Amino acid sequence: MWPNKFDYQRADSVDQALELIGEEGKFLAGGHSLLPVMKLRLSAPEQLVDIGRIDSLRGISANGGLRIGATTTHAEIAASSDVQSMCAALADACGGVGDQAVRNFGTIGGNIAHADPASDPPTVLVACGATVNIQGADGSRSVAAQDFFVDLFETDLEDGELITGINLPNCSDCQCAYVKFPHPASRYAIVGVAVCLKMDGGTCTQADVAVGGATVKAVKCAGAEAALAGSSLDDAALNAAADMVKADIADWLAGDVAYPESYRQQMAGVYLKRAVKAAAG
Amino acid sequence: MSTRIFGSGIKRREDPRLITGEARYTDDIKLPGVLHMAVVRSPYAHANIVSIDSSAAEAMDGVVAVFSGEDVDLAGIPTAWLIPDSDLKTPEHPALAKGKVRYVGDGVAIVLADDRYTAQDAADAVNVEYEELPVVVDPEAAAQEGAPQLFDDVENNIAFRWVMGDKTASDGVFNTADVVVRDKIVQQRLLPTAMEPRSAMAQYNPATQELTLWCTSQNPHIHRFIISAVTGLNENKVRVIAPEVGGGFGSKIPCYPDEALVSWAAIKLGQPVKWTETRSENYQITIHGRDHIQYVEMAASRDGKLLGVRATVYAGMGGYLSTAAPGIPTILHGLLYVGPYMMDSVFCESIGVMTNATPTDAYRGAGRPEATFLLERMVDMVAKRIDMDPAELRRKNLIPAFEDGYEVATTLVYDSGDYPAAFEKALGIAGYDDFRREQAEARADGRYLGIGITAYTEMCGLGPSQVAGAVGFQGGLWESATVRVTPTGKVQALIGASPHGQGSETTLAQIIADELGFPVDDIEVIHGDTTETPMGWGTYGSRTTPVTGAALAKAAQKLKDKARTLAAHLMEANEDDIEYADGSFSVKGSPDQSQSIQDVALMAHLAWNMPEGMDPGFEESQFYDPPNFVYPFGTHIAIVEVDASTGDIELQRYIAVDDCGPQINPEIVAGQIHGGVVQGIAQALCEGVIYDDNGQLLTGTMMDYTMPRADMFPNFELGETVTPSPHHPIGVKGVGETGTIASTPTVYNAVLDALAPFGVEGIDMPMTSAKVWQAIQSAGS
Repeated sequence: MWPNKFDYQRADSVDQALELIGEEGKFLAGGHSLLPVMKLRLSAPEQLVDIGRIDSLRGISANGGLRIGATTTHAEIAASSDVQSMCAALADACGGVGDQAVRNFGTIGGNIAHADPASDPPTVLVACGATVNIQGADGSRSVAAQDFFVDLFETDLEDGELITGINLPNCSDCQCAYVKFPHPASRYAIVGVAVCLKMDGGTCTQADVAVGGATVKAVKCAGAEAALAGSSLDDAALNAAADMVKADIADWLAGDVAYPESYRQQMAGVYLKRAVKAAAG
Repeated sequence: MSTRIFGSGIKRREDPRLITGEARYTDDIKLPGVLHMAVVRSPYAHANIVSIDSSAAEAMDGVVAVFSGEDVDLAGIPTAWLIPDSDLKTPEHPALAKGKVRYVGDGVAIVLADDRYTAQDAADAVNVEYEELPVVVDPEAAAQEGAPQLFDDVENNIAFRWVMGDKTASDGVFNTADVVVRDKIVQQRLLPTAMEPRSAMAQYNPATQELTLWCTSQNPHIHRFIISAVTGLNENKVRVIAPEVGGGFGSKIPCYPDEALVSWAAIKLGQPVKWTETRSENYQITIHGRDHIQYVEMAASRDGKLLGVRATVYAGMGGYLSTAAPGIPTILHGLLYVGPYMMDSVFCESIGVMTNATPTDAYRGAGRPEATFLLERMVDMVAKRIDMDPAELRRKNLIPAFEDGYEVATTLVYDSGDYPAAFEKALGIAGYDDFRREQAEARADGRYLGIGITAYTEMCGLGPSQVAGAVGFQGGLWESATVRVTPTGKVQALIGASPHGQGSETTLAQIIADELGFPVDDIEVIHGDTTETPMGWGTYGSRTTPVTGAALAKAAQKLKDKARTLAAHLMEANEDDIEYADGSFSVKGSPDQSQSIQDVALMAHLAWNMPEGMDPGFEESQFYDPPNFVYPFGTHIAIVEVDASTGDIELQRYIAVDDCGPQINPEIVAGQIHGGVVQGIAQALCEGVIYDDNGQLLTGTMMDYTMPRADMFPNFELGETVTPSPHHPIGVKGVGETGTIASTPTVYNAVLDALAPFGVEGIDMPMTSAKVWQAIQSAGS
């Protein structure tokens, strides 16, 4: 619990943050992903640039879609009526991150930059078609969440780049949900499933599905989506989708001694059904 | 006496300081000029140390010194429970490894620096070259020929082989029994996880040659004894202070290398030295609990008479033999093999095995949970085999009520018990017969409910010193106490035991208040400092209330006798005419004449008018050596539902009927039971150390090692019966470990009962969702 020595600087603007960050530096927002690994001496950045007080990075705006600033906390997202109405699954996911203290400090930008495969928000962002807004010394760019998460703890982010926020399409005409099987110790997802359904009467016209926790990154699940789309979400469709989701994630499975890959893969099917039921309500 | 505080659930007086953060723990104590110690720890489970280069560390600003094992001239850390007739080996345990490391975390060097960060940076900069050796962490594998050898003088890593019972007689019972059931039971390693990590700080005065050691200890007098032995200082020059101690669960009984090293470094450098472990170190180096591989059998008749139990136990000791380690899987384990049942044949062979893992030692229950589990597991297996209801089988075999002594096949003499009463009470609360109907209906709906029952008794209140000696414990097991009353009538009770979260300051004050008539708020219980308090052997084994409580009650009774005599003298009355009520002495027939206990205390201090032959002062001391252990008992019942699609277990109800004799403070008793039950259920459902094949701890943080949480549990349904201990001055028995002892098999058996339709025969603990789900799949295929 004694981190290595590091320099600390606080930036007042995004431009200043990009200017200050050095080659061995890390941006610090809520610190709830970074500081624990520093305290365990698993990570030893020489410099921290604190972006936690840059006003432009914080807050939620709803204008057609949702724009969520990078340093918006999980608690703020979970409590936002805009998020609840336009992407209920994200409110669910952020409301289930860590514990209350973590949610009060931890930020969405820090969370996705860390890209822990068992974290909850990335799964929803991938399912719901979010884009990640990134700024670097050479300008800004946006990348689809599905492409942002590359592998275990690996993202599309280049050195020196900063996540400024995420955009989500307005999903208020969808029915979406996120359910997870939390690890009993860490409460990270052993498996987390996000679904976003478009319904026409009793028929599902479009389904978006992503799985995390069981996988090295949040994975979009085309097979399960196809099994649900066009169905009335009856048992046969759910069972078919549960089978397909196991195939969808087969190449990306993650596991450990206590919760092996095979178990997580099976649970993805069980939790897919639960997520669909929760979304269809 | 009309008003009794005994039996009243008054609030714990410890809580205000604990809740408001005003409690002062070892790490809170600041000394000027203190040096911070960091320990360079082995990253390998088994390796030769080829070289240690500390030059880079020594060159760092703020680093005062770096020492390795060759520099430190301390005697080895002793093992203090030397089990007789067991061919016990006690391999040397140097404070810092010399030439070889034997588990991940074994200390290799220490760094002393001006601040904690520098100490850690310098520890990282010490360059140690290792030659890796083959590793063994499984105690059964380690005991086989050809396994990697930890010590040259411990053949096949077997540190001891303890046998209880007559093998020939046992074989006879098993060879002729109608029914024999058997199982391999793994009692997984557990992390005690006291909320406060361990900490030690030492200060040495070269002029007086006095060493003061503040440390996280459950038994500061034992720590003084051992620190004196390893440093060579006279015991009267060593003062050990256990300030506030934030839980122990057994893990703060042992004397570890770290306490010895801060002492040595403080003497060597002439500056105070402090060390506080990180949580990662706590998980890596502070003792673990359990670690048994048991091969267990039970014999019974076809009509449900339990005939005998026998077991071979491989008990993992880890890389060194910790302070009390050999006593845990032997004396505190095998002697419990009869439990609450009429069963005439017991046999146990317990093999203590050195392994490349963290040393094990006493962890809440210490040997007794491992015994109760195997008994209750076997009883359920017998019930299944002979197709008898498990409640009925237990009922048929419970020892009938007894009030004063019942000798069982393990040679223990249980003090008192009414097992059937607690058993029937628990079944009544649970609504057992109704549950069986509900269970059948649920199964028809594809829902899997299960019930588990544990009837238990255990021995605690350790214990008669004569027994301690006979079983090789290198100490006594009595306690002593002084009740000191100030001239203004306020009480200081000084005790040798060292409570660390149990609420004993409250319960012990209640005992004195009742015996002596002072208001409970006028009584302070003082503990934890070897210079301030009389000798005692410490707080563990559910012994402080029974043993220290008895010493206090007897000291208070002596004071009361003195007060009565003095009161009679002051009122010029015959002592036979003195009546006592609510802290006041009066003369029979003249109610207006009285002396309060405070008046008497003052007069004893002033000594202006003492009876002939009475010494002044108002203070009494008492040593108390219990004539026997105490044997609390009870029955616990759990009801669970298993979700077959995920393996998730929902604990729906938990019923605990416990008998610890008369309850001094029912709220504190309930608190002890709640905490114990939670800890025991956690072993069944979620806690478990995982090592990989290289001896690396995979459950090294609270993110990986699953501690129980409140949301796992329903509201516990507690009940009680009251059977006083016949040999105890106030009849009380210990209750600190009963919950842990009873609850693990209760929940385990409930889960297996729920899974009976699938034919699941057993699941290794902890029964995580993944393991339960896998067991259902495997059984179904």
